[in-house]
Amino acid sequence: MRVVTLLPELLGTYGDGGNALVLAQRARRRGVMAEMLEMRVGDRLPRADVYLLGGGEDGPQRQAADLLREAGLRAAYEEGAHVVAVCAGLQILGTHFAVAGDESYEGLGLADVVTTRGSRRSVGEIAAAVGDDLLVGFENHGGVSVLGEGLAPLGRVIRGRGNDGRVDGYRAQRLWATYAHGPVLAMNPWLADAILASVLDTDLEALSSVADQLYAERRRSLGL
Amino acid sequence: MVKMPGAITFRDRLAIFGVRIVNFLSRLTGRGSGTVAGGRVGLVLSPRLLTDLAAGRRVVLVTGTNGKTTTTAMVAAGWGGDVARNATGSNMLQGHVAALVNSTSDRAALEVDEKWLEAAVEATAPSVVVLLNLSRDQLDRSNEVRVIAERWRHLWTLAANSTTVVVANANDPLVVYAAETAQQVRWCDVETPWLLDAWSCPKCTRALRFSPEGWSCECGFARPASSTSLVGEDLVVGSHRAKLQLSLPGEFNRANAALALTALVEVEADFGSALERVARLADVAGRFGLRHWRGHELRLTLAKNPAGFAAMLATISTFPGELWIAINARIADGRDPSWLYDVPFEQLRGRVVHCFGDRRLDLATRLDYAGVTYELSSEESPPPPTAPVTVLANYTAFQEWLERSAN
Repeated sequence: MRVVTLLPELLGTYGDGGNALVLAQRARRRGVMAEMLEMRVGDRLPRADVYLLGGGEDGPQRQAADLLREAGLRAAYEEGAHVVAVCAGLQILGTHFAVAGDESYEGLGLADVVTTRGSRRSVGEIAAAVGDDLLVGFENHGGVSVLGEGLAPLGRVIRGRGNDGRVDGYRAQRLWATYAHGPVLAMNPWLADAILASVLDTDLEALSSVADQLYAERRRSLGL
Repeated sequence: MVKMPGAITFRDRLAIFGVRIVNFLSRLTGRGSGTVAGGRVGLVLSPRLLTDLAAGRRVVLVTGTNGKTTTTAMVAAGWGGDVARNATGSNMLQGHVAALVNSTSDRAALEVDEKWLEAAVEATAPSVVVLLNLSRDQLDRSNEVRVIAERWRHLWTLAANSTTVVVANANDPLVVYAAETAQQVRWCDVETPWLLDAWSCPKCTRALRFSPEGWSCECGFARPASSTSLVGEDLVVGSHRAKLQLSLPGEFNRANAALALTALVEVEADFGSALERVARLADVAGRFGLRHWRGHELRLTLAKNPAGFAAMLATISTFPGELWIAINARIADGRDPSWLYDVPFEQLRGRVVHCFGDRRLDLATRLDYAGVTYELSSEESPPPPTAPVTVLANYTAFQEWLERSAN
């Protein structure tokens, strides 16, 4: 399995590189060979089983959108790669997003999502119900994302704001996006394994580690 | 009242009286050292108080993401004699007020929170401003380091600041961007290993090229030539050159000392004796000094963000004995510990790390994925004393270990 982190120097504000590490390590612990690569500014898009996008500041976010459009991320996704995006990455994959000022900027169009600037920044713990599971994490963004009809949110917001105060992120067959930034897969081992199972196209046996204790503790601290 | 330098008005006198009363009550009731509360009261009673207190004093301000407290201590120590200083680390205006109220010295070395630099410069009209470095820190409170660089850059274009000497780290592209508008800059070529926040050019956003000779961008933005540098064991500041042998460990402290001594030369301190005094500094606010706790011999070290951790991990790798790491995520730390994944903990493979603090499970998970052996520990059930211990802690965790342990 090859995991590629996209443009970490532009999209990696909050320890987002952790998500690649978590996917690779959880695969390795199950006997799957896993390779981690980074695509940096100036690199071509490497082939990958799963691409990861992190959070970023306004200027770098626009630059990342341009570079990934040119690099052909959308085609790679449509040809079968998986994509996991958080925060600014979530916005870039949509059709349009707004950064500094209210100017709308063209996204990559992997998903039917339009992000505008909200009236305030949301900073704090976030929790969302994802099916029978619970996603926990931390958000720090000023965007309001509206999903097109036919695009499912990742989960229903229980704490924090997510896309709009009601739902967080979005989910398509090989696509996961959330406003829970940074190492969201470290905090939510069940989500890491759900993505991994899809990437590897197999059922995974349970893997217990200290991450399970972390997840339980975060839920407790949120009273959930 | 002791004669205070500056242009003290009647209203200031009332305000200073207010600061002293609040600080006295604060200490009496054990609610803290009182500097913040007292300073705040003073500024309410006399909004010009800091300006008036600073008038007539030579002021050196120190700011940047990492090294503020240590570098300010170095400036104060190197200057020699009585220097007003916000030693408690209260680095916003109220802390500066408290520092100046408590001192009659006509010289002041003040550390400044990055977001407060404009206000501090306006109020204190400093002779020298030291810009150490800029990197991600507590992003849930102050997002976007580039916004800060932009604000600093604007500061030097104001006529009021045209005579201020800016001492700046030439190896940090964001600092160069923030300093290059100043009329008088002393560039310092010092080791700056953390450049994750400066991959793209602050001017044109293209990717910067880094090489052993420096950094540059296609747009022409590049590392400026430095008048201060570390050459082997020597520190060169303009025409001065001498061996730099610090009591404080770490390459980052050599960088801090280089900037501090450059600032001291600008305020006409004698280079040789300033260097000797800086070299003798061995303990800054409890950092690096030996402490004792329940039979353990502890050396406390502080790091607050990825750049600080990266520098500190490199330094403590040579310290023998056990390694305890303590992580909190309270308001003063930043409530989001995501940055743990930006720290190169992989370097610790082969060692056992004892995890302490409110967020020890976040730390343990990070270490587990890094392939580092960890033990979950707590203050209630620490490991038994076997070997000297290095405690590496972030901000509030460090304060707790400082209070918990004794000299």
